[in-house]
Amino acid sequence: MLVVEDLRVELGGKEILTHIDLEINSGENHILFGPNGSGKTSLLMTIMGYPQFNVTGGKVIFKGVDITNKPVNERAEMGIGMSYQRPPTIHGLKTRQMVQICAKNGVDVEGLAGKVNFTDFLERDVNDGFSGGEIKRSELLQLMAQNPDLMLFDEPESGVDLENIPLVGQTISKLLQRDIEVDPERSRREVREGRTKMGLIITHTGFILDYVTADKGQVLYNGVLSCKSNPHEILKCIAELGYEECVRCAI
Amino acid sequence: MRDLDFDHKAEQGKAKKAALGTDIDLSTFPSDPVHHDYVDDLTVISEEDRKRMLLAGVDVSETERSGTYVQKDSSVLHSHSKQEGLEVIPIKQALEQYDWVYDYYWKLVQVDTDKYTARAQLDLHDGYVIRALPGSKVIYPVQACLYIDKENLSQNVHNLIIAEEGSELHVITGCATSGHLRRGLHVGISEFYVKKDAKLSFTMIHNWAEEMMVRPRSVGRVEEGGLFLNNYICMKPVKSLQMYPTTHLVGKGAVARFYSLLVGSPGSTMDVGGRIFLKEPDTRAEIVARTISNGGEIIARGDLIGEVAGVKAHLECKGLILNGGSIHAIPELRGMVDGVEMSHEAAVGKIAQEEILYLMSRGLTEDEATATIVRGFLSVDIPGLPSQLKAEIDRAVEESDKDMM
Repeated sequence: MLVVEDLRVELGGKEILTHIDLEINSGENHILFGPNGSGKTSLLMTIMGYPQFNVTGGKVIFKGVDITNKPVNERAEMGIGMSYQRPPTIHGLKTRQMVQICAKNGVDVEGLAGKVNFTDFLERDVNDGFSGGEIKRSELLQLMAQNPDLMLFDEPESGVDLENIPLVGQTISKLLQRDIEVDPERSRREVREGRTKMGLIITHTGFILDYVTADKGQVLYNGVLSCKSNPHEILKCIAELGYEECVRCAI
Repeated sequence: MRDLDFDHKAEQGKAKKAALGTDIDLSTFPSDPVHHDYVDDLTVISEEDRKRMLLAGVDVSETERSGTYVQKDSSVLHSHSKQEGLEVIPIKQALEQYDWVYDYYWKLVQVDTDKYTARAQLDLHDGYVIRALPGSKVIYPVQACLYIDKENLSQNVHNLIIAEEGSELHVITGCATSGHLRRGLHVGISEFYVKKDAKLSFTMIHNWAEEMMVRPRSVGRVEEGGLFLNNYICMKPVKSLQMYPTTHLVGKGAVARFYSLLVGSPGSTMDVGGRIFLKEPDTRAEIVARTISNGGEIIARGDLIGEVAGVKAHLECKGLILNGGSIHAIPELRGMVDGVEMSHEAAVGKIAQEEILYLMSRGLTEDEATATIVRGFLSVDIPGLPSQLKAEIDRAVEESDKDMM
């Protein structure tokens, strides 16, 4: 379980997140909406532990442990992972090696890469000259190898061509144990209740909702979480009324 | 059969300081020969020496090697070729036995260049002649090791590497010192001849000691359609290293590529360059340097000279300052006529925090992340290099980041 309690965050001396409260229970998937610059990525980076996001108040608790001051790698070890929107290029490090790093103990790199159509990129340097969609597939490949318990997705569908959106969506759905296959042993409810993976997905377009079910939606507006509701409802509201409407909801 | 004319010229250069690098008082490094017995069987070499040699890419088991030359101090320990069409001969023996050697000896490097070239003539210990005969393909690398064991010795060697017309030759040469040695001087003359349509790769790995002074002097000549790959790796401490290998592309379509990987440890000064003259149309040259200062001083020079139209040349010099020290990148391009295409890029910086954090979010510690990025920085794809040599370079890189971190 992830609990974010009354979190306040500064970046470069400026407050960018104000009194954030958020709770993601084991097995839950949340969608995070919000206009550009509202602080969505900052929230994800803060949960991941990026030191430039200076926590000035509140706490982040993961699996019952206060991780507010833990370094990034310790959070990764505890089971937090992130799919980045614009990850850096690492020259001289092959994507294949990166996948091995993520997996720690041996992994069928080819097999995993095949699942996201990424076999041809394994000998390329990580993110070097990748297109937007290639970056997203590379990030998913790394997450598959890492297999964390809490997955933070920063706009996983942006820059992905139409053809690959179903692939990206279905992969995320599988990662979050939401890809329900017929199981003769267990009822769907049992499968659903047996989920442990947690997700927090930033989306602008909502395309991802066609492939991944979600339990809750939230809107981040000017550094404040302003709305908790059914993600489809939020999406519809934003489409019809725009984010301006969120101002009215922000108390 | 000593050539008195070379001796005479050398005498004139004896007092000449080198154009670059700290001046060395040669009288503090005697050249008195140190005798070691020739061995037929390389495996009798002591375990300690073997390990040091292996770090410089020289494997006494000769697995996947087509020939071996090993010199310890001033004496040849071993020299032989395993393959037809390949000659591996100690240079003193070659100078006595074969007239053709004089077509190459001191023909590219001038004997009176400086006091070091002069010493290599006047107090020559030995060195190797490695030659691939016309049309022969030497797929497995030939290995050569110049090893120093005697404290304060000035080891003076002269090497000739000749790839005859249409041949293919790969050489890995490791220079190393025994574990106990602290101070010494290595003077090494190398002359490279890549003839028409021949291919030569020369990979040099240096593993010196903290008080070692190193002054290689090398010049290459590449004829029409020839390819010369010159790789240099020095990641261990050295007191002072200065070299500026030069290559002349004298035939249409000749290609030269220089790659160097340098790590400057505290107390080390490295002044390493590469110079390529493009003298004929369609010649290509590339110089790539990756340097890391870990507290040492590095000067990375590069000089490309385009003398005729239709040449292409690129110089790339990237430096990382990890733990203090300095990196001075001096890339130079000289286009002498219309119609040359020459470029360079140089950068000196630090590891981006963003990259470290990215790797940390995949579970690596900060130190592991830094090491991974450094290893990536040093991993340069060298087209045309046999896999055994690629493996040796990778191993040198692995070793160096054990030291660095």
